[in-house]
Amino acid sequence: MKQYISIIISAMLTNNFVLSKFLGLCPLFGVSKQLASAKNMAYATLLILTITSFICYVINYYILLNLDLIFLQTIVFITVIAGSVQLLELLIKSLSPILYQVLGIYLPLITTNCAVLGLALIISRDTQYNLLEVLLYGISTGIGFGLVLILFAGIREKLEHNDIPEAFKGTSISMITAGIMAVGFMGFTGINF
Amino acid sequence: MTFDIYTLIYSIITIFFITLIISAAVTIFQNKFASNNSAEDEAIKQVNSLLPQTQCAQCDYPGCTPYATAIIKENAPINKCIPGGQDTIKELANLLNTDELPLNSKDKQVYEKPMIVKIQEDSCIGCTKCIAACPVDAIIGAPKQMHAIISDYCTGCMLCIPPCPMDCIEIIEKPNHQII
Repeated sequence: MKQYISIIISAMLTNNFVLSKFLGLCPLFGVSKQLASAKNMAYATLLILTITSFICYVINYYILLNLDLIFLQTIVFITVIAGSVQLLELLIKSLSPILYQVLGIYLPLITTNCAVLGLALIISRDTQYNLLEVLLYGISTGIGFGLVLILFAGIREKLEHNDIPEAFKGTSISMITAGIMAVGFMGFTGINF
Repeated sequence: MTFDIYTLIYSIITIFFITLIISAAVTIFQNKFASNNSAEDEAIKQVNSLLPQTQCAQCDYPGCTPYATAIIKENAPINKCIPGGQDTIKELANLLNTDELPLNSKDKQVYEKPMIVKIQEDSCIGCTKCIAACPVDAIIGAPKQMHAIISDYCTGCMLCIPPCPMDCIEIIEKPNHQII
């Protein structure tokens, strides 16, 4: 039980994929101008992270390991991720055309999100996780990613109304803010279970 | 890792089957979930169903469907519908998962209750200019005959008021009777 909690806490806070590992920065800066689109992106990425971590773990453990084909990890994982994103896009298109329009181009862009491929590769690096732990890892990573995305979007919305020096306006102040947030999240490294 | 033929064969077979399964899944679901209208048309239909359909052009678009199209395609602001009022803005904000904005009624008159118009009979000269302007065909009349507004059809869009040369159309509150 303890290891499950430690996986959840470390994936969400201590080793946050965005602020500690610096993966998935493209949607962080791309979608976070408005809180609403950041929320939708967070939900979609959470779904993709969970599904692909599960499928990639299964493929890696039962197929690639037994046949000694570890070098195929990257190719196979990318194929799985691209297929899952396509399926998710079809699902969203049929269930809610409005959400599909709102997300727009950012839905296929989840394919190129480093965090998704990074999660799959990290899970497959050492074969120490079992299936339940992999699922928990995927879900917690998605929640941590969404958390940072939503927090950053909230800060960025407030930043628009502030008096920022001319040299820092636009992306510069956002990157500085993200850096300060990363330093803030470093405070979680003291948690131990 | 030394090269041997089994690794090559296994890798080719693995990649082939994994790609085959994924492509099959995507193709099957694509045909299952395919709809006649594109997602954009569906979205436009959903937005249009929330607009009051007065076709009054007070939002600077020539009708409710053009405004819905502009909301979806060009990201038009959702706070331009005057007859819809704040309630419509709230519903649109919920549907599109965006923020609710205050009503943008810069130079237009906003009414609390639903209003319709009425022609003052003694001033009407029968010019049919208001009949041409009405988008919902709520005015009856003929040239040189008196015109009248059917109050149940009138949506209060006020498009008939500018063309009238006698300025004889007045704005009244919508009465509550129904057509039998």
